[in-house]
Amino acid sequence: MSEELVVKVWRGREDGAFVAYRVPRRENQTVLDVVTWIQRHLDPSLAYRYACRVGMCGSCAMTVNGVARWTCRTHVSRVAKGEALEIAPLANLPIVRDLATDMRDFFDRWARARGQFTGAATRHDDFARVDPASPARVAADAGIECIGCGVCHASCDVVAWRPAFVGPAALNRAWTLVNDERDTAGRERLRAVAGDAGCHACHTQGACTERCPKGIAPTAGIAGLKRLVARAAVRGEL
Amino acid sequence: MSGPVTEAKLWYWQRVSAMALALFVLVHLATMAWAVRGGLSAAEILGRTRGSWVAGAFYGVFVMAAAVHASIGLATIAQEWLGLRAGPARALAAAFALALAVLGLRAVYALVAA
Repeated sequence: MSEELVVKVWRGREDGAFVAYRVPRRENQTVLDVVTWIQRHLDPSLAYRYACRVGMCGSCAMTVNGVARWTCRTHVSRVAKGEALEIAPLANLPIVRDLATDMRDFFDRWARARGQFTGAATRHDDFARVDPASPARVAADAGIECIGCGVCHASCDVVAWRPAFVGPAALNRAWTLVNDERDTAGRERLRAVAGDAGCHACHTQGACTERCPKGIAPTAGIAGLKRLVARAAVRGEL
Repeated sequence: MSGPVTEAKLWYWQRVSAMALALFVLVHLATMAWAVRGGLSAAEILGRTRGSWVAGAFYGVFVMAAAVHASIGLATIAQEWLGLRAGPARALAAAFALALAVLGLRAVYALVAA
């Protein structure tokens, strides 16, 4: 292990450029530690985002050596090429400044995919009893741990190609709701996720599944949505 | 001709044609491997296929499945890579499907009937 890392960090907005910094190499150093060191010791104007530092909040995702990752859970030793790092904001999202991206569009897509829960029960009703072993609940469980970090969205080629595509995170959210037996907006949601702005644009390349830090497989959920939508379309129920 | 229902149906047709193609390709390859054995000339192949309605029906459906499958995929690629809108992309793909179908069926005709 050498004494120093050479870290290229994206500065500015879309028309910005990489700026190189020299950062002391430490053992058990995460990429977030590196970014924080630069901001505290070299350039306090560096903009980036983080909160929990332990992989719970999903706010510190960035592009590290070309791959979208949570920087808090990524050790430098795992990703540094030689002693070099290149840190950029997440792809497929507007840049606010430096390493901070504007997540509004990302979550607007969740809303477009009808990502809101709609129930029929009121606070006066008893709790719904959902069998944890039922196939629908098992399917929902597989996608429910998403914390909205945007890593899948940044890794998806179809998001880059089709500006209207809602993306893997929004579709994963829709899939969990489609499998929520308490939800009453199923048909409306299938209509929202059908077509080339929704599940049918997915090429099943699986970059989202490969990169998801939570081990979720949006690709599987999207395939499920395709099946449900096709069934509804053939039956004239869409 | 757009909207979620059309897109869902196109996806369905592409999926169904893909399943058909998987089967047809396997049968086609297996038949070739079996028929060739110690070497086979064009004349010998034509001798077997001429007048065979089984070969005609098999390759006729094969051609149609390929035309449907390829053109739906190309329409998608034209939108994503060439930046075409859905309408022009699908018109282009329909022309391609027609060309594939005509050329393919002409070949089937030559194999079975000519």
